[in-house]
Amino acid sequence: MATSNRPLSPHLQVYRLPLTGVISICHRMTGVILAVGVVFFVGLLSAVASGPDSFAPIQAFLDSLFGRVVLFLWSYTLFFHLCHGIRHLLWDTGHGFDKETMDKLALLELVASVGITLLVWSSRWIFGG
Amino acid sequence: MAFRTPLAKARGLGSAKAGFHHWWLQRVTAVALIPLTVWFGFGIAVLPGAGYSDVVAWIGAPLNTVLLISLIIATCYHAALGLQVVVEDYVHTEWVKIATIMAMNLFFILISLAALYATLRIALVG
Repeated sequence: MATSNRPLSPHLQVYRLPLTGVISICHRMTGVILAVGVVFFVGLLSAVASGPDSFAPIQAFLDSLFGRVVLFLWSYTLFFHLCHGIRHLLWDTGHGFDKETMDKLALLELVASVGITLLVWSSRWIFGG
Repeated sequence: MAFRTPLAKARGLGSAKAGFHHWWLQRVTAVALIPLTVWFGFGIAVLPGAGYSDVVAWIGAPLNTVLLISLIIATCYHAALGLQVVVEDYVHTEWVKIATIMAMNLFFILISLAALYATLRIALVG
């Protein structure tokens, strides 16, 4: 095979993705995870509509430690997707593409997504429940 | 000088002019979901430990019912549009791609109707 010195496009196995690149892949993965969560949530609504007996197993799952951890992590994927989604809306206006802004926004959305998750879950103790 | 031969036109390939609509609705639903998601987050945080009657009362509160219906419609639309792009990126056999997207769209219509029926039933019947 003939070799050439022409530049190659980034080869995913050896190319270290910038933070925004990693976040971009995670945005798609969290989107798929959230869609699966939608199916579970519709199941929850249908169970509630069917009565206490149908809701009982879902309630038991949500009350269990495993259920709480799953719900907590799922809520994080929701807020991660939300924060990066807002950056996509910013990009759609044509802003936020230079390198420094990219890295700053990447950190900002990571901090914000953790912040919103903790805020939402601490609301249990702030507002009672 | 036109480099494109009329072949694509003759075959009926090329842009179907519906791409912008897909892109735009992805954005419209995204904007709607910003406040709805934050509201929903506070809602699901109280789910663990909540009893059946708590959940029914929460869904049945008029403001929650309306926001929940809005959330269901926006989410199912947004999810169907998003998953369509994922399938288009990774599935390259034409008939499998079309069948998968069609099945997903029909599935999301079905579960959004199920969610709307359940929500209204909880709100109206209790």
